[in-house]
Amino acid sequence: MIFSEQWLREWISPELETQQLIDELTMAGLEVDGSTPVARQCSGIVVGLVESVEPHPDADKLSLCSVSDGEESFQVVCGAPNVRAGLKAPFAKLGAKIIESSDAKPFKIKKAKIRGIESNGMLCSSEELGLEESSDGLLELHKNASVGEDIRSSLKLDDTSIELDLTPNRGDCLGMIGLAREVGVIARQDVTPLDFPAPIESIIDNFEVRITAKDACPRYLGRVIKNINLNSESPLWMKEKLRRSGLRSIAPVVDVTNYVLMELGQPMHAFDLEKLEGNIDVRFAKQNEKLELLDGKEIELTPETLLITDASKPIAMAGIMGGMATAVSDQTQHVFLECAFFAPLAVAGKARSYGMHTDASHRYERGVDYQLQRTAMQRATQLLLDICGGEAGPITEAIGNLPEPIEVSLKHSSISSLLGIQMDKKEVRDILGRLGFGLSADDGEVLRVLVPSYRFDVSIEADLIEELARIYGYNNLPQTGGLGNQSLSSTPESHIELGQIRQQLVALGYQEVVTYSFIEPSLAETLFPDQPRVSLQNPISADMAVMRTSILPGLLSTLKYNENRQTERIRIFESGLVFQSCGEEIKQTAMLAGLVSGRKMPVNWNNNKDLSDFYDLKGDVELLLALGLELDRYTFEAAEYACFHSGQCARIVRDGQLVGHVGALHPAMQREMGITGNCYMFEVELAPLQERRLPAASALSKFPEVSRDLAILIDSNYAASEVLANVRVNAGEHLTDLRIFDVYQGDAVAKGKKSIALSLTWQHPSRTLSEDDINTIISKCVNGLQDAFNANLRN
Amino acid sequence: MADTDSLLAEALQAIKDSSDENSLESLRVHYLGKRGTLTALLKSLGQLPAEERPAAGERINIAKVEVQQAIEMRKSSLVEESLNEQLSSEAIDVTLPGRRQSQGGLHPITITIDRITSIFETSGYDVAEGPEIEDDYHNFEALNIPSHHPARAMHDTFYVSPGTVLRTHTSPVQVRVMEGGKPPFRMICPGRVYRCDSDLTHTPMFHQVEGLLIDENVSFADLKGTVIDFLHAYFEEDMPVRFRPSYFPFTEPSAEVDMGCVSCAGKGCRICGNTGWLEVMGCGMVHPRVLEMSNIDTIKYNGFAFGMGVERLAMLRYGVGDLRTYFENDLRFLQQFN
Repeated sequence: MIFSEQWLREWISPELETQQLIDELTMAGLEVDGSTPVARQCSGIVVGLVESVEPHPDADKLSLCSVSDGEESFQVVCGAPNVRAGLKAPFAKLGAKIIESSDAKPFKIKKAKIRGIESNGMLCSSEELGLEESSDGLLELHKNASVGEDIRSSLKLDDTSIELDLTPNRGDCLGMIGLAREVGVIARQDVTPLDFPAPIESIIDNFEVRITAKDACPRYLGRVIKNINLNSESPLWMKEKLRRSGLRSIAPVVDVTNYVLMELGQPMHAFDLEKLEGNIDVRFAKQNEKLELLDGKEIELTPETLLITDASKPIAMAGIMGGMATAVSDQTQHVFLECAFFAPLAVAGKARSYGMHTDASHRYERGVDYQLQRTAMQRATQLLLDICGGEAGPITEAIGNLPEPIEVSLKHSSISSLLGIQMDKKEVRDILGRLGFGLSADDGEVLRVLVPSYRFDVSIEADLIEELARIYGYNNLPQTGGLGNQSLSSTPESHIELGQIRQQLVALGYQEVVTYSFIEPSLAETLFPDQPRVSLQNPISADMAVMRTSILPGLLSTLKYNENRQTERIRIFESGLVFQSCGEEIKQTAMLAGLVSGRKMPVNWNNNKDLSDFYDLKGDVELLLALGLELDRYTFEAAEYACFHSGQCARIVRDGQLVGHVGALHPAMQREMGITGNCYMFEVELAPLQERRLPAASALSKFPEVSRDLAILIDSNYAASEVLANVRVNAGEHLTDLRIFDVYQGDAVAKGKKSIALSLTWQHPSRTLSEDDINTIISKCVNGLQDAFNANLRN
Repeated sequence: MADTDSLLAEALQAIKDSSDENSLESLRVHYLGKRGTLTALLKSLGQLPAEERPAAGERINIAKVEVQQAIEMRKSSLVEESLNEQLSSEAIDVTLPGRRQSQGGLHPITITIDRITSIFETSGYDVAEGPEIEDDYHNFEALNIPSHHPARAMHDTFYVSPGTVLRTHTSPVQVRVMEGGKPPFRMICPGRVYRCDSDLTHTPMFHQVEGLLIDENVSFADLKGTVIDFLHAYFEEDMPVRFRPSYFPFTEPSAEVDMGCVSCAGKGCRICGNTGWLEVMGCGMVHPRVLEMSNIDTIKYNGFAFGMGVERLAMLRYGVGDLRTYFENDLRFLQQFN
């Protein structure tokens, strides 16, 4: 909300400079977002009186004027269409300084000859004073403006528009009356009380109002005003106050309701009386009802929308916007003024559900003072009569279910225990009193506090204590050294912190990235087809519309992004949740994923230029799995999966449970995504990665190790893991190491065959293994391999 | 005994001329071995008259020692020579770069969360995590965010279905911990959060660390102390910190925390919008209704909560200018943190 400082100072004017006032408001919880002067700098401009106007002899559109500054008269050439004798307008005398636009330098008024005629000064428009972006004539000052007075003081131009960023609980500060109250408490100064006398009711016309939705509309006031003057115009002071509050002047009736909105925080609406058919009813919308709003939009109403209706149709969306059919126009002579209290719950969210937000809905959602309607109606009526003339009828009031007044107990001891200070009891009463809280009882220890009708945010003791703390000043409250826990705590050793896993990857040359959890639906479908995805109902954009079922699309997009920026070698990883829809449930699983592309090693002076391959990445994955000290619980099995290369993909299995995948990107996906480099990637569940076996030490054998190598020729479609498993079964309990040290496929072996060379190591805990022991085991192994794979021993 | 002298001279010359350890060994065998020439001289002593034997024997023995020493000396100088040769032939350009894997690194958001976490862990705070797709109850209702609260509107919240949202803060994790345990509580909850908002200063996904402390007799003073201590520890600077009244549905009283600008020391600059202050955290005393909803005895317990944006802290700490760079993952940007 934007307000004019001078307007505020009409209610309360503490001895604070503008900046001090801004700081005080901010520190009291009414955050000031910014402030701007209401007019540009200027000097030497006074209220001028146009005494006479004659046509310029040599120019049709120019006039020769005699302008008085109250002391003497000057000949001025003027081109404004509205210049006329008797007009009072800003008069820039010779030597006056004007800044013509916000980024222009000051401009000095000099004696000039315009089409051969001397001009001693300039009559100004509101644009030239910086009050409006553009204007098409002189600024017409009030007929009572005192001629010769400096324009800055005549128009109170030394004023600041202050913009507040109010928190949603402070609807009570969305009007000058509430702001003044706040400043009054801050400055401990009394606020000028409201004094709006009841206007004279000169007609008896009234208009019946009924409330069907009694909870949603606890109070509705209406009044008929007839015979308003169609040619009236809002006075300059009102236009200026509205302008300085960020509101544009439109027409007198609208200006008056906006003025009351700003002054009292009470939204009002005016209907064209002649367009109303039958009596007013406040009710919820019926199925299939429609309403064309003031802004021209036709809305299909939902049944939870509160309406103002006449006997035949909806005429306004309650608390949000009026309808087009009953709107006040420049032909309206008779109006029906509405001033109502709609319950916050009845308005909240409604405007937004129709994609709207209005000054009225903003206030009703936050809560409008439910005792204020009569005052606001009297104020608006008087303003309207003053500006437009007309005759007012009596107020019609309909009452629904008004809110119950709220009483809250406040213990003095609670103040000290919550805030850590002893607050003077007198000060407590003073602060609460100035904020408008009533005191129904005070036994010295417990106060019974009556919450005013404009505070929808206070219902418990802590709310009152916040009010006290706010005014006392948060920064005046004490601070302690913080609370520390003296007890020792430890994390279980069987748990591996994510940080350690990340560090392992960093040590392996991986860069962590963070990608969005929502991705493009078509990318998700391409890479991971047929997965039950979770979609957003209101995505921020079409390319962020589904939740990821895998981290890999994000990593692939990152690869692409960096490839486009000439990065050829990439090693990245990310951890985070992935999301799958499982019927009614949504499964959220923490995953770790990595991707490599480009060379094995960074470019260096002598290393080879080999590209990373499957086994490089698998090796990195094995190092991660090995953190848990139980790598042997994992197996890698050939798999075809999603966007992986069907011939270069393994599923990672732990104790029979699938925990992840590792492999190459499918070449078709690679083409589709436009990725140029090689690309290998893995994704594993984090939970098993974070489990660690507690190490259990055993005594070392003192007896020597024995090793044998074994080379076999088998069909190339057998997997190495099958061979190893077979050997392990037959190699006896004292096998301490088994590894493949060579795999060969090529000219030296038959087509369709491969040679695998194995190295086996044994060690007995209590004796030296003999040649015979080993030979027996070896032949058992060889027989096993022959039986299972038809393997031939190679020499 | 001319034989001894000439033999000695011959031997010394040969030793001097030898060029490797093998020929030196042959010389040793030739002169000093069992069948060596000097050994033979010693054996032939018996042919001399008895009175000449001692003197001759002594001279032969002296000659043997002389030859032995000459061999040892020659040997050590040969070893030294060959070592020197090896060393010089094996010399390399040590200024060439080492052969290694590229430098990996953590994302600045992780670095920042880790730093925040470690500060609170030293004070006994636990780290808690939770789901990112949340139900309405945990994200809003249990945090006293009534259904008509502006934050509930579609405008801010991503909806998966009418009752299910992407969490808009990490506070639901605190609710889950409170539901599942008994006070006292002391925890921080880092993680991803989501708001339907995207412009220069907002990304639809960002990270928060929220903290919660529930205990007996906790006051606003404890909150102030904790927050101020944390900011001083995190920024390693004792900048001024101020608390401004604010509003969060789940705390009462609520405060926004500003700290003196770390870039201009409070003088006013572009980063702080010339105010000298930077808004860094929100905090407050936990609203009794929030505790009640999680079945915590509000007569006995109360507490405070605070929350901060990780991206913002990282921006201030590391001088990151544009929020969006965090999620573009341009490696050239990320590698600045390695």
